[in-house]
Amino acid sequence: MDIIKTENLVYKKTDAMTDKALSYCPGCGHGTAHRIAMEVLEEMGVIQDTIGVAPVGCSVLAYEFMNIDMQQAAHGRAPALATAIKRLWPSKYVFTYQGDGDLAAIGTAETIHACNRGENIVIIFINNGIYGMTGGQMAPTTLPNMKSSTSPYGRDEAMMGHPLKITELIAHLPGVHYVTRQAVHKPTEVRRAKKALRKAFEQSYAKKGLCFVEIVSNCNSGWKMTPNQSNIWMEENMFPYYPLGDIKVDGQLVK
Amino acid sequence: MKGNEAMAEAAIRCGADGYFGYPITPQSEVLEYLMVEKPWERTGMVVLQAESEVASINMIYGGASTGKKVLTSSSSPGISLMQEGISYLAGAELPCLIINVVRGGPGLGDIQPSQSDYFQSVKGGGHGDYHMYVIAPSSVQESSDFVKKAFEVAFKYRIPAMIQSDGAIGQMMEKVELFPQITRRTDTEVIAECGSWATTGKPTTRERNIITSLDLIPEKLENHNHKLQAKYKEMEANEVIFEEIQCDDAEYLLVAYGTSARVCQKTVQLAREKGIKLGLFRLITLWPFPKKRIEELALTKKGFMAVEMSEGQMVEDVMLNVKGKAPVEFFGRSGGIIPNPTEVLNAFEQKFRR
Ligand SMILES: Cc1ncc(C[n+]2csc(CCOP(=O)(O)OP(=O)(O)O)c2C)c(N)n1
Ligand code: SF4
Ligand SMILES: [Mg+2]
Repeated sequence: MDIIKTENLVYKKTDAMTDKALSYCPGCGHGTAHRIAMEVLEEMGVIQDTIGVAPVGCSVLAYEFMNIDMQQAAHGRAPALATAIKRLWPSKYVFTYQGDGDLAAIGTAETIHACNRGENIVIIFINNGIYGMTGGQMAPTTLPNMKSSTSPYGRDEAMMGHPLKITELIAHLPGVHYVTRQAVHKPTEVRRAKKALRKAFEQSYAKKGLCFVEIVSNCNSGWKMTPNQSNIWMEENMFPYYPLGDIKVDGQLVK
Repeated sequence: MKGNEAMAEAAIRCGADGYFGYPITPQSEVLEYLMVEKPWERTGMVVLQAESEVASINMIYGGASTGKKVLTSSSSPGISLMQEGISYLAGAELPCLIINVVRGGPGLGDIQPSQSDYFQSVKGGGHGDYHMYVIAPSSVQESSDFVKKAFEVAFKYRIPAMIQSDGAIGQMMEKVELFPQITRRTDTEVIAECGSWATTGKPTTRERNIITSLDLIPEKLENHNHKLQAKYKEMEANEVIFEEIQCDDAEYLLVAYGTSARVCQKTVQLAREKGIKLGLFRLITLWPFPKKRIEELALTKKGFMAVEMSEGQMVEDVMLNVKGKAPVEFFGRSGGIIPNPTEVLNAFEQKFRR
């Protein structure tokens, strides 16, 4: 027990996460995404100045795990809440944390208009190509031919429409300052995603406009795979359609 | 000043922190007035035209969750769109003000004055067991005064409040005495007042604050419902407002609110000229409803006639509380038509066979 000393500490769970056991399926990316977002806020020393908004989706209980002041929004409406919070408390860091059904289906209007108004908030967008919480139904982001409980023979694009690249779409709006697509299934990706989140919080706080961080993530339960299989499947199928990397930096589209 | 403008000016004067709304006739003057007045320069109040009523009500949820004084306004179809949000506000016990300048329905209906949203205002509208504080002005003066009153009650009980106006009162021009400017609270004052529950950023000195209407454990949710019901009981005991106009010696009573109450006041005068002892019971709060007083009056009056600009909604609450002790009749016009005092009197005489 002698070795338990501050100088020997190599890793410590951030105080910005509560001790509550995560409600997520083992192997799911949501937990990692929560943790790095909270680590960033703690490292920036702005916990007391942060107000977060949880969505409806698997991360509806994000406020149980994130040890900060949080509100829980109606399905899809988190950007509307965040708009009002930031306008009424301009000195706060305000972010939403939303799934793909929440952000790109039912909440499309709120997403696009918050982006278009250039609200100085951060949107953290967890794209797992499926409705995790309700049991694996098709999402707007579900890949062509991908099976879900409401596309049991695979997504037929002629009948069910095409996967929505909402991130590329909002990147074109002048109110949006920084747009990036990240992942959290490997240590290198986690480190990169964390850097992206920090940049997003800093730049939105500096009133540069809305900063949007998509995290392409797995849903091993909804995809009916083991955690490892789901990560391999994600690399082979999700990343080609939703390529990782910056899409808009300093208000300029990349490439 | 128009009723709609009076409500907008009252919002600024009562120290509101933010307005979020979407245009719809007959209430667009609220947002238009605010944009001309620039309250962000006068008091620091935020004004934002939202992309929809769905967005507006959720902006209200976001703002109210931080302890700020926020309001929205709309008319019937827009208020229908807000119902999920209102249910969330009630569930999460958030103080705010929602103004409904009612127009004819159902559907897109028309843009003329109506009272056909009574059920929606007082019986829920959204899902779950909840109430709003609902107050109905019948003049431009009350349109202004009730903004202040509604916010007071909303914060006292942490409950969403609604002003149910209508297209006539919203558009009508009358003289109004405005109350003096109340200073908008500073952020520090908001934290001092609401910091025990509001999400204003977690200092190291307290646990985090969470605003949610979710409770996945049925027993906990039922307890929460019991807590809400206790609050509603307390409001029913303390917050009912009504006005009795020539009720003391009356044999019969008209029951009405808002624009139809103004019409009925004239009807009472016409009736008295003919020697009919008619009085007017004017509802001011639609919820809480004056249950006890109606029940008392039922013991001494020969009959009641509810008069509404709808096909008959409030009349059900009158009947429920008269409890069969006296006959309850109904007269209404709908589609955006305001009844005239003579047709109300004719209806009364016909129904009570005088
Ligand atoms: C108004 C409304 N419609 C539908 C639902 C049901 N619902 C809950 S979560 C969800 C989908 C969430 O999927 P996503 O946003 O992708 O989040 P994930 O669970 O995948 O993280 C749906 C449809 C709801 N709660 N509210
Ligand atoms: S259902 Fe999918 S998204 Fe939800 S916790 Fe499980 S793996 Fe994660
Ligand atoms: Mg999803």
